[in-house]
Amino acid sequence: MSNAVITDKGPSTLRGASLPKWSPYAIAAGSVALGLGISAAAGLSSSIQWALIAGLLFVLGTYVIAARVEGRRQAKDRVATALVWVAFLLAVVPLVSLVWSTISRGVKVLDFYFLTHSMGLVADSEPGGGIYHAILGSLEQVALATVIAAPIGVLTAIYLVEYGRGKLAKAVTFFVDVMTGIPSIVAGLFILSIMLMFDMQPFGFAGSLALAILMMPVVVRSTEEMLKLVPNELREASLALGVPKWRTILKVVLPTSLGGITTGIMLAIARIAGETAPVLLLVWGNSLINANPFEGAQQSLPLYIYQQYANSAGAGAAYDRAWAASLTLIAFVMILNLVARGIARWKAPKTGR
Amino acid sequence: MDTTQIKDTPPPTPQPTVAEQKRAARGATRPGDRVFLGLSRGSGILLLVIMAAIAGFLTYRASIAISKDEANFFTAFEWNTQLVPPKFGIAVLVFGTVVSSIIAMAIAVPIAVAIALFLTHYAPRKLRGPIAYVIDLLAAVPSIVYGLWGALILVPHMNGLYGWLDDYLGWTGIFSWQGGAPRSMLTVGILLAIMILPIITNVSREVFRQVPQMHEEAALALGATRWEVIRMAVIPFGRSGVISASMLGLGRALGETMAVATVLSPTFDIQASLLDPGGGTFAQNIASKFGEASELGRDALIASGLVLFVITLLVNGAARMIIARRKEYSGANA
Repeated sequence: MSNAVITDKGPSTLRGASLPKWSPYAIAAGSVALGLGISAAAGLSSSIQWALIAGLLFVLGTYVIAARVEGRRQAKDRVATALVWVAFLLAVVPLVSLVWSTISRGVKVLDFYFLTHSMGLVADSEPGGGIYHAILGSLEQVALATVIAAPIGVLTAIYLVEYGRGKLAKAVTFFVDVMTGIPSIVAGLFILSIMLMFDMQPFGFAGSLALAILMMPVVVRSTEEMLKLVPNELREASLALGVPKWRTILKVVLPTSLGGITTGIMLAIARIAGETAPVLLLVWGNSLINANPFEGAQQSLPLYIYQQYANSAGAGAAYDRAWAASLTLIAFVMILNLVARGIARWKAPKTGR
Repeated sequence: MDTTQIKDTPPPTPQPTVAEQKRAARGATRPGDRVFLGLSRGSGILLLVIMAAIAGFLTYRASIAISKDEANFFTAFEWNTQLVPPKFGIAVLVFGTVVSSIIAMAIAVPIAVAIALFLTHYAPRKLRGPIAYVIDLLAAVPSIVYGLWGALILVPHMNGLYGWLDDYLGWTGIFSWQGGAPRSMLTVGILLAIMILPIITNVSREVFRQVPQMHEEAALALGATRWEVIRMAVIPFGRSGVISASMLGLGRALGETMAVATVLSPTFDIQASLLDPGGGTFAQNIASKFGEASELGRDALIASGLVLFVITLLVNGAARMIIARRKEYSGANA
């Protein structure tokens, strides 16, 4: 039915003329071919250019063809559809490129040796070395930050959901929201200003403190959402049995929402594990293994990537290490994300909604 | 729809007065209750104290630096903390931060809104879940990885585009190019746009999803095309949500450090053209000047960090105010 003959505009049919279903694909293929042709003819090398030309041709072509066959309103609709598809593809290209280049370049030097050795005897310009010290530092700093931020975040969320009324709760809610937007470097500068006051040298725990500041609001928000999902009937049933409120919270509310809270904390960990700026200011970086987060400069994975990039003066070996470390970091963050989402799905509270 | 809502809402209860609330709080007389309330309220207060401490400490260190500054802190075009007397100002940083964020927003917002519409209205139903999932994951990619990718992959790819812009739009002045490496504000803006795209998309998608089905069906029943449905039902409903999503993205773009620090080749002046390398942003300046800064140099950087803090505070506060009007969605966990 939809394949009405294009030339048939007679008033006898109830449907207006419409383009066949395959027309968007045909226009897309045509514009990609034209885009490639034009760039080849004009000698344009960059893939960005022909993609832009093809996208433009696709939108214009859709409009012209649809306007001629189907009329103005349908043409606008088709152009909107075309634009949305082009925008989607435009956004996908860099993201795919990011993932692809990290994986393809990262696997070059990523092996067991790379994961188990430090940069102690290796100059930045030479091949060899590894990220053991960076992984160790990252794990310690993130673990300490989590130990600080998770309890405070969860308790704050409990306050907001279970107790919070009045001005204090409103102020806390607002500032938690604002706190999510603090640039990571500002959190770093805050800890730095305290360190300057006591004349302290960089050490791992200072970085943990800054990371904890970044982590708290994220934990509060996600925990709050989860606690709100706990059905009120559960609380009421427990209270009606004469259980004190604090035991109700500990024994009924928290266990019900434990999966969601864990998910939130893991997502927050994934977020701070990739933070570079505060670590750059406070932990300073170190090519040797330093397992003590409370004394002396440490390394961390994101900082290692930055330093391999910045200090290498274009040496291929350093770039290879930076890519391999990026791959490790992305893998770590992604695994955290996937596990967190898995827990969320597995332990989702049955709200009956 | 309305009837179910009425059924769900509990019967109206009289709002407890302040006195009643106090009595209720005092009613928690069991020691366990009091300890628990104290702990949880204490952590809430601790968060407020941290915010106040951030503002306080930064202001204190900044005041030390600014009192030693011989130039005007807000208008000077130089950053020489080693000079005697020291002279430094943030004019260049304000310019660079604003310009790179504007470019990022100009690119990211339309594309993010389009992707959000794609996910809610255009994509084949089977694809919606996986695509949304992938975008969620991309929001988690660390910024340093974007920085590395930007510096080593995106920058070389920009040469062609830069030549093009210079050929056809060079006469405008802002798109002229002297042939330097494309480590300039435009590339930074594009990279920032790619980075904030997932956040804006996620929040906008949530908003578009909450458009009442009835509105859309009513428009369709009147014979509207899909685009007309979006223009008449979806966009008006989602406008405030999209604005606040964009401001959340703007907050990220303003404070982004590593991606700018790796891509930009900074100079402490203002380039008329977006294509010529130079300029700087607050966060990038802190990261790259910090290594060799003296004590005063660090205080000066802290002073510039304070300005960044205030700017992001205002932007985020405004975004939250807009979101708060519609309680149902919030971008905090996006």
